[in-house]
Amino acid sequence: MSDILSKLSAAIIEGDFGSTPEMAETALEEGLDAGEILNQGLMPGMDHVGVEFKAGNMFVPEVLRSARSMQAAMDIIRPLLAETGIDQTGKVIIGTVKGDLHDIGKNLVGMMCEGAGFEIIDLGKDVEPDAFVEAVKEHSPNILGMSALLTTTMRAMEQTIKALEEAGIRDSVKVMIGGAPVTKSFAEKIGADGYAANAASASDMAKEFAA
Amino acid sequence: MAENLSTFISSKTKTVEISREKPTVIIGERINPTGRKKLLSSLKEGNYDVVRSDAKSQVEAGAAILDVNAGVPGADEEPILKDMIHALSEVTDAPLCIDTADVIALETALSIYEGKALINSVNGEEEKLESILPLVKEYDAAVIALCMDDEGIPPTPQDRFEVAANIIERAGKLGIEPADIVVDPLALTMGSDHNAGRIAIETIELVVAEFGVNVTMGASNISFGMPDRAFINSTFIAMSILAGLTCPITNPLEEEVNIAIQAADLVMGRDDFGMNWIKNYRDRQKNS
Repeated sequence: MSDILSKLSAAIIEGDFGSTPEMAETALEEGLDAGEILNQGLMPGMDHVGVEFKAGNMFVPEVLRSARSMQAAMDIIRPLLAETGIDQTGKVIIGTVKGDLHDIGKNLVGMMCEGAGFEIIDLGKDVEPDAFVEAVKEHSPNILGMSALLTTTMRAMEQTIKALEEAGIRDSVKVMIGGAPVTKSFAEKIGADGYAANAASASDMAKEFAA
Repeated sequence: MAENLSTFISSKTKTVEISREKPTVIIGERINPTGRKKLLSSLKEGNYDVVRSDAKSQVEAGAAILDVNAGVPGADEEPILKDMIHALSEVTDAPLCIDTADVIALETALSIYEGKALINSVNGEEEKLESILPLVKEYDAAVIALCMDDEGIPPTPQDRFEVAANIIERAGKLGIEPADIVVDPLALTMGSDHNAGRIAIETIELVVAEFGVNVTMGASNISFGMPDRAFINSTFIAMSILAGLTCPITNPLEEEVNIAIQAADLVMGRDDFGMNWIKNYRDRQKNS
């Protein structure tokens, strides 16, 4: 592998967000294309972060720094990615459900999925079922991810899935859910396609769904 | 500096005074099914044994008030909350902090509760002010005021203070005394913003200086995403007590945080002759 790409991976793992844009530029100057930089530089770095986070060896602030490093490099290569027509892994819509203001977990899921090469459409927090439905219609994502941190807001996930059914678009998208009170059996009960216990698992699951 | 106010919360037979002149009052957080599978499944079955044993263990570990939350997914909170309050009255005289976002469940709970309850919670959202504050007045309760409003959670201590000031003013218009408002500055997580602790503490300082009100806070959220959470929680709670925190919502079974609270009380001169500290030391020796 090119030296600059392994440096870029290492900088992402280190969370060195001051250096990654310059490294991405250097890589381009060396004649690498945007797809190579994404697939062989940025994504292996974020993959490593995901594994270490899942194992309890890296912590939230470090993951946030790594994600910021990834995004800083993405800002450089994104226009070129579009130009070269290289498809991203897929599209993920994420949001924290109606009545719930907790967004750290949801944000981490967004960053890990972006690290896995997905395009992320983040609807924010306190998202109404209809807003999820509209976004799915507008963006045709591969995956819809919902987060809830309260036992009292979990039922909004069910409402959202029902709203997707009513709109006739439930089968167009894989629905995955997560959050402290959410369980696998709850996911099954409300007809979600998957439950992820943490951000790294969510990103792994998104990759499976989009494959 | 405003004069320090006392908030009195009571059950049928016991009154707890919350004040900066007294040792810190622990509001036990465990009677809440969020993230507690055993409690959740027992509540779903209509079995209140876990509620009863959680009450006893928390009171033994030092909780003076018990938070009660009936948030069972998909279920109607009102009957569950009612049954939980009845079950608790059988096993403890600790006053209750009634924790629900469901106004109907809240009103029913207040109507059957014997004593002066602490309501968890109101915030600066117009809808909350209009639905919760009249209940505080009608049932002569006290209420936790979260420093957030229709715009969300303000990022600065000054703006959080403004939210608290607005709630206190609105409550005052209904004849609710500031002593019956317990402000929660909101401790977010340092995992995603390393200023979260400082912002909460500065909010406490502003609110206490202006109004002298009592202050509560959930103090375990702060360390989310970090390793060695107990050290962070302990230090944060001790620093917050210095700033004016008087009745944290914690798990009293977490020994490190409990010890930090006891040590902070001793340092603040709220433990006469250090007798609580010594007694708690002896209890730990006996149990170890």
